[in-house]
Amino acid sequence: MSVVAEPNTMRLPEERTTGAMPGYHIAIFALLLGLALIAPFFLYPVFLMKVMCFALFACALNLLLGFGGLLSFGHAAFFGGAAYVSAHAAKVWGLTPEVAIILGTLSGALLGLVIGSFAIRRQGIYFAMVTLAFAQMVYFAALQMPFTGGEDGIQNVPRGDLFGVISLNSDMSLYFMVLAIVFGGLLAIYRIIHSPFGQVLKAIRENEPRAISLGYRVNNYKLTVFVLSAALAGLAGATKAIVFQLASLTDVHWSMSGEAVLMTLIGGMGTVFGPLVGAAIIVTMQNYLASLGAWVTIIQGFIFVIAVLLFREGVVGLIAKRLRRPL
Amino acid sequence: MIDLLGIPPQALFGQLLLGLINGAFYAILSLGLAIIFGLLNIINFAHGAQYMLGALVSWMLLNYLGINYWWALLLVPIIVGFTGVVLERVLISRLYHLDHLYGLLLTFGLALIIQGFARNYYGISGLPYTIPSQLAGGQNLGFMFLPNYRGWVVVASLAVCITTWFVIEKTKLGAYLRAATENPSLVGAFGINVPRMITLTYGFGVALAAFAGVLAAPIYSVNPNMGADLIIVVFAVVVIGGMGSILGSILTGFGLGLVEGLTRVFYPEGSAVVIFVIMALVLLVKPAGLFGRTA
Amino acid sequence: MKKTNLLLATLAATLFASTAFADVAVKLGVLNDRSGVYSDITGEGSVIAAQMAVEDFKPAEKGINVEIVSADHQNKPDIASNIARQWYDQDGVDVILDVPTSSTALAVSDITREKNKIFMNSGGGTSDLTGKACSPNTVHWTYDTWQLANGTGSAVVKDGGKKWFFVVADYAFGQALERDTSEVVKAAGGEVVGSVRHPFPGTDFSSFLLQAQSSGAEVIGFANAGGDTINSIKQAAEFGIVQGGQKLAGLLVFINDIKSLGLETAQGLYLSETFYWDLNDQTREWSARFEEKAGKKPNMVQAGVYASVLHYLKAVDELDSKDATQVMAKMKEMPTDDPLFGKGEIRKDGRKIHPAYLFRVKSPDQSKGEWDLYELVSTIPAEEAFRPLDQGGCSLVQ
Repeated sequence: MSVVAEPNTMRLPEERTTGAMPGYHIAIFALLLGLALIAPFFLYPVFLMKVMCFALFACALNLLLGFGGLLSFGHAAFFGGAAYVSAHAAKVWGLTPEVAIILGTLSGALLGLVIGSFAIRRQGIYFAMVTLAFAQMVYFAALQMPFTGGEDGIQNVPRGDLFGVISLNSDMSLYFMVLAIVFGGLLAIYRIIHSPFGQVLKAIRENEPRAISLGYRVNNYKLTVFVLSAALAGLAGATKAIVFQLASLTDVHWSMSGEAVLMTLIGGMGTVFGPLVGAAIIVTMQNYLASLGAWVTIIQGFIFVIAVLLFREGVVGLIAKRLRRPL
Repeated sequence: MIDLLGIPPQALFGQLLLGLINGAFYAILSLGLAIIFGLLNIINFAHGAQYMLGALVSWMLLNYLGINYWWALLLVPIIVGFTGVVLERVLISRLYHLDHLYGLLLTFGLALIIQGFARNYYGISGLPYTIPSQLAGGQNLGFMFLPNYRGWVVVASLAVCITTWFVIEKTKLGAYLRAATENPSLVGAFGINVPRMITLTYGFGVALAAFAGVLAAPIYSVNPNMGADLIIVVFAVVVIGGMGSILGSILTGFGLGLVEGLTRVFYPEGSAVVIFVIMALVLLVKPAGLFGRTA
Repeated sequence: MKKTNLLLATLAATLFASTAFADVAVKLGVLNDRSGVYSDITGEGSVIAAQMAVEDFKPAEKGINVEIVSADHQNKPDIASNIARQWYDQDGVDVILDVPTSSTALAVSDITREKNKIFMNSGGGTSDLTGKACSPNTVHWTYDTWQLANGTGSAVVKDGGKKWFFVVADYAFGQALERDTSEVVKAAGGEVVGSVRHPFPGTDFSSFLLQAQSSGAEVIGFANAGGDTINSIKQAAEFGIVQGGQKLAGLLVFINDIKSLGLETAQGLYLSETFYWDLNDQTREWSARFEEKAGKKPNMVQAGVYASVLHYLKAVDELDSKDATQVMAKMKEMPTDDPLFGKGEIRKDGRKIHPAYLFRVKSPDQSKGEWDLYELVSTIPAEEAFRPLDQGGCSLVQ
């Protein structure tokens, strides 16, 4: 059926197989944390929080796509679904932000379990299409269900008091909460990738029949990583709903899934830090080019084309290749 | 006037006929998509934008050069198909050795660019294109008033679909094409210029999209987003039919038009999502689609 | 765009610093759709309207420095609230203008109240902005769903269209419009024989139109907007609905929509607006100037942006201050008076009051020019055009 049977030609420097974090990774994490700690004093904190939420979302997708080799075209369902749940929990049930975010994350995981258990039975483009189909149904539900507020979304969500004590109304205190959540999420992803579980995932990505013949229950692994990825996407969405005090249809629309794929691609699929860079690039662009109107779409289109033609490894992937080290 | 007690059979019949008309668009668009996927292994996300381009170019021909609908029906597919040939040569041909994903992303980017430019220069509220005088008016069928133009859409698209199917399945050229799909290097060894065939196939797929665009121009307003709204649905049609299956995409196109028509009677709000429900079900039961060969 | 304005502003500032007392510097943000379905209706045209208001007011002579910025909210509440927040927090914007679509308008209204700035809406429709979601910081200038429903609904019933069928875009705005209009129709002695909800956005409306056609209704009301309305009207013409004796009523139709439909298709359509370029000498004069700059006639949203900027600047000039609380109080206290909407007022709930008009779209032989599109059917006086103050459930009205 296909002209070419060659597998994915993207080759990245091999990860080390042992567990401990290499020194330069520790250094990068420390540098990122340091930057993130001083950034809000120079840049607009709400903008930074947006970058962080999307960075976590892109990293969640990358866990599935870059390390599990599974392209989901429906991650907006988890992101947006969780946003609705946490917005509803905070606004209508009056729960504290951390409880609302946890509930959102759990709903992302649950949705991931349902959709994932269907999707993992299919491969390649069919896998993507199943996730897209389910995501469209979630979108439809978000449009129809009374609690989501149709195209108005759930607006005016209170930021509330963290643990019922610390008020998050100031951008700064909220910023540090978001930083803690996102950084925690990133470390979790790093841990997952470098665990024995992550190694098996990689084996499955590279050669699924061989992994099966080695006795791994491939589907269990795929489902687990799918649920993990959905939960993390949910965490990102739930946090975003609290930050922007809003959950809306944009969050569940299929173009949101496309955006996450774009961020991952630009930054570097299958790299640890790529999606962070990709998210930062895309969000910055959307933010600062907003006054250009339709040109933003055109520029975004050109970025897609150029990225696919010239640097498929993504920004970080390219650097990693230069340095001959996995990033 | 029909007495609406529940849903009388006449009204239902009217809705089914409308479904068939919509299905005609799905059929041509998914046919083009299926041909491109079958031979190039590229998921052409720009298909919706190329459909829009078809409508836009026919508007331009009419308003700048005074070329009427009938000539547009012939010229527009050639013009837009030619842009497709250029795109394939310059950009898409660089991706054949890569994963599906990259083709999808590249064409997605192309779609954004085409739609963005159309939006910048032609606004968004839609350009009017009147129905050609020969097809104005309509027939009273008893159960409904059928505009002549809608009838023409079904006839024209059926003719195009059947011709395409015939060429691919029954002629020598089609045989080469199908062979090249299976084993390009072997076909190349027989002295057939496979790359050129691939290029022309892409051009043809794009021309089909443009043809659908010309057909659509008088019915829907010529609007930069007209394809973006449609492309996801057409994707679903292709997947349900079985990716790359010619006959499958035609039959599924018309079939899903009917299903959607029925949904509009019983649960109108759901008509946007019904195709995706079907897609999920089909993929779970019959992974290669209704008419696809199992991988 | 942003940069040139900034440059002009600084230039103006340095120029006037010595001559006049440039003591108040205000920054106006036009936030609307610059790339999507409402970009022709709002978009750059609204920015031009705001600039014209500034030129006409000659603020520099009065010691006010005005700068205008603009951005695209893509009709998404999340992007709108994001930009609004950033404008208020970072960029020193004092007033946000326009903001089409109800969902984004509500989002911006919430943030404006939180930051105690001023929001003068022109493009958004929901009557909740001055009803249950009203805010001391929001002025709703041009139109709203209640006014549209009332204007079109009752007038069409009076004109003999008693039995209605609604074709509704399946989202909150469409449903609100349907609800409001149904009430008006029933109150005026009409009857609603049915309705159908179509997915939003939709492309093919034929099956919904077929249902409307066979419903036995005399009037088909389209509770949708933008491209959906254009397509439904276009397809209604194709299916010979008007020739079959049924009337069409667009509940939210702008002049640009009619222009794009063409008179052949749109003739006979009833619609309600609060501004039309060809109403009187003043509107004609202003619209001609607008057309010179924008290349098209203005619609009511753009006119509303012009008028609201003018009124805001007047209040700032009176006070010599841009303090949001004071300016809001001043704007509500001063009667409004501008060439486009005439004399009026801003009510306690933020609702701007002016007359509304019921138009019928002309047939091609009635029309004498490219933009000669409407025939005035009736004028709804200011005091009847909008929802009575005590019925909106606004907390500011006690």
